[in-house]
Amino acid sequence: MRSMLRSAAALGLVALTGTALLAGVDFMTADRIAAQERRVVLEQLGQIVPQASDDSLLDDKITVKDERFFPNGQQVTIWRARDHGKPLAAILKFNAVNGYNGDITLLAGINANGSLRGVRVISHKETPGLGDAIEVEKSSWVLGFSGKSLENPARERWSVKREGGEFDQFTGATITPRAVVHAVRLALEYFEMHQEVLFAAPAETSGSSGQ
Amino acid sequence: MTYREIFTNGLWKQNTGLVVLLGLCPLLAVSNTVVNAIGLGLATTLTLVFSNLAVSLARPALRPEIRIPAYVIIIASVVTVLQLLMQAWFHDLYLVLGIFIPLIVTNCAIIGRAESFASRNRPLPSIVDGLATGLGFCLALVALGALREIIGKGTLMSHASLMFGAWGESLQLTVIPDHPGFLLAILPPGAFIGLGLLIAGRNWLDARLAQNRQALQLESTPHET
Repeated sequence: MRSMLRSAAALGLVALTGTALLAGVDFMTADRIAAQERRVVLEQLGQIVPQASDDSLLDDKITVKDERFFPNGQQVTIWRARDHGKPLAAILKFNAVNGYNGDITLLAGINANGSLRGVRVISHKETPGLGDAIEVEKSSWVLGFSGKSLENPARERWSVKREGGEFDQFTGATITPRAVVHAVRLALEYFEMHQEVLFAAPAETSGSSGQ
Repeated sequence: MTYREIFTNGLWKQNTGLVVLLGLCPLLAVSNTVVNAIGLGLATTLTLVFSNLAVSLARPALRPEIRIPAYVIIIASVVTVLQLLMQAWFHDLYLVLGIFIPLIVTNCAIIGRAESFASRNRPLPSIVDGLATGLGFCLALVALGALREIIGKGTLMSHASLMFGAWGESLQLTVIPDHPGFLLAILPPGAFIGLGLLIAGRNWLDARLAQNRQALQLESTPHET
């Protein structure tokens, strides 16, 4: 009995020491980690809206859900860029769900007039050497979205060339670019329908920004 | 056991990656480039050093019936501390290695060293054992990473800036110019084939060394007349 208690006390002591250590390190690093995470988001947004370098854009964001445009129950984050209070552009972070291997997370900047400011791929698990040409580091394909809108090309041409659309597919990989093109088109349609509500909605407080 | 023996065991005779074959999941998954390999290898080495030290220090309190849960708590704490530090100071590399940092906890090599070495030895030899085992694992990772990166992409040390900041860009070497890329080496099958080749190479070298030693011994034994 006594030896059991002693074992329990020893194990408890180990757990307590571990917890104290973790609490201390967490306390020391929390601010720095939060700053690093903000920097990463800011760098991503900055590729689409260069003037995003001021922090205000980061906090002017809302989260929406809409199964029709963003399937599989995604939480879509929307940052709103304004020019002296006037809507300038919205940046949507959403997933293309019918890629070759899992979700492709995209960032799309849409101007107030409905044209695309730019699209970037944040993360994906597509095949290296084939589907990964959607990355801006690997090819310029994704830059082709800039300036496009639902009128240019016409709605029914928002697909890859193999399906009679406007956008190039890659050699050996049609599924990946098709998934991206379709998801971007849906995002544009969502923006077209909800634009005014999106810019009017009050920004989320940063306290609720946890993942 | 001398420190020299501890080192030859960790680096060569009992190499975690190539002989004992523990921790294959991270070894195979993260060895697609040298930089990823170094990142995970160093993180694993640090984990081994600190978990061995902690286990060795806690040795008097660790009765047999609680030793396994105690190891788990110690290793999980050490890995979480490393994860937090990495998130704070090597954020971009952390994003690349992602899930494989917390998964260091499940690398059986670490609990293996805690049980078979640190729980029976004083703190200093335990630290050295953790260092040797970790470096051995790191070496296997880097060898496999270099093999796969050269064959798969024709480069070495690409994306070194993830670890070393801006000056890391200059570390990148192009080994095979205009390499069209060899997808198999980058994809999971390449990891298995590459590991097989490395193990075969190590065994071949080992056999040759043993042969040479035998030959030397034969020569040096005095002939009976």
